Amino acid sequence: MNNDRIDKIIDKHHGEASSLIQVLLEIQSEHHWLPKDALKRVSEKLQVPLTQILHIATFYKAFSLVPKGRHEVHVCVGTACHVRGASRVLDSLRELTGIKPGETDLDLKFSLETVNCVGCCALGPVMEINGKTYGKVTPAETIDVLKNYE
Amino acid sequence: MSKILLEIDGKEVKAKPGMTILDAAKSVGISIPTLCHHEALEPFGSCRLCTVEVDVRGWTSLVASCVYPVAENIVVRTRSAKVDRIRKMILELYLAHAPDSFELQDLAQEYGANRDRFEKEASFCIHCGLCVRYCAEVKQKNAVGFVDRGARKEICFIPEIAAKECWDCKECFPLCPTEALQAAYVLSQALFTPRPVS
Repeated sequence: MNNDRIDKIIDKHHGEASSLIQVLLEIQSEHHWLPKDALKRVSEKLQVPLTQILHIATFYKAFSLVPKGRHEVHVCVGTACHVRGASRVLDSLRELTGIKPGETDLDLKFSLETVNCVGCCALGPVMEINGKTYGKVTPAETIDVLKNYE
Repeated sequence: MSKILLEIDGKEVKAKPGMTILDAAKSVGISIPTLCHHEALEPFGSCRLCTVEVDVRGWTSLVASCVYPVAENIVVRTRSAKVDRIRKMILELYLAHAPDSFELQDLAQEYGANRDRFEKEASFCIHCGLCVRYCAEVKQKNAVGFVDRGARKEICFIPEIAAKECWDCKECFPLCPTEALQAAYVLSQALFTPRPVS
């Protein structure tokens, strides 16, 4: 991510230190992770110490300091989804992507993550890709769903 | 300047507005144990060891005296069975993190805290934030900060800043209530471990 793009995001928020989280969120959503150089740039422009930015960036789970894939796959393993077979869905996703929860594949295509509840237990087992929810998924269906993402 | 009258351990105390209970107690020679308090720094209220019992209009509550502002007619008890029990518990939890800290051991003796009550999880850090706040507020270098949250929270030096500032300063080391070595260890780790290829 180049500095011009970061500056543009910061300018959008009028360079206010209080918009730090918004700025970080925008960088995160565009770039999928927060590289150190980007954080340094934000620190300089917003006049916020790097230690404070790191504190925030490591506190919220929405931020990642390591590269993430273009598509974020979230599998719900909450109670309702669990009893409806979330672990089998997770197993098939692990096999298809070749990664464990919390990991990212080598060509930065998918990141796999388990979440505890996405709030639509009636649709369990639920998985979410880039915020789009897939309900009542079976292990076999995951192949077709993942095919839609490049 | 208007005075605020309150009672601490049965003593009448006159305090100025804006003082905390801890300040007021100190002014009449009553000592309250603290770990995260430092005169030069803003109150932080993280160690909870300065917990005292306060009666406000007939209601008793437990508050951290280092952040609780004095108020008219409140009654403060700095040592009661309840307060001592809480301090003992806090110390026992801290001792699981820093079992060999001299400061904690002295306090443990006073409050009868058992060093081995909880399973040891020696992280040597009790998150008092003295080093972090000293670096930010007094030195204004922000070389050390907290990272992560909850049980995984720890202090971390920014290698780029630490390489320039820390070697000649090290003023945060003696502040540490557990082991000065903790900050030293994290600092040297930040400076000498090879960085991953970016």
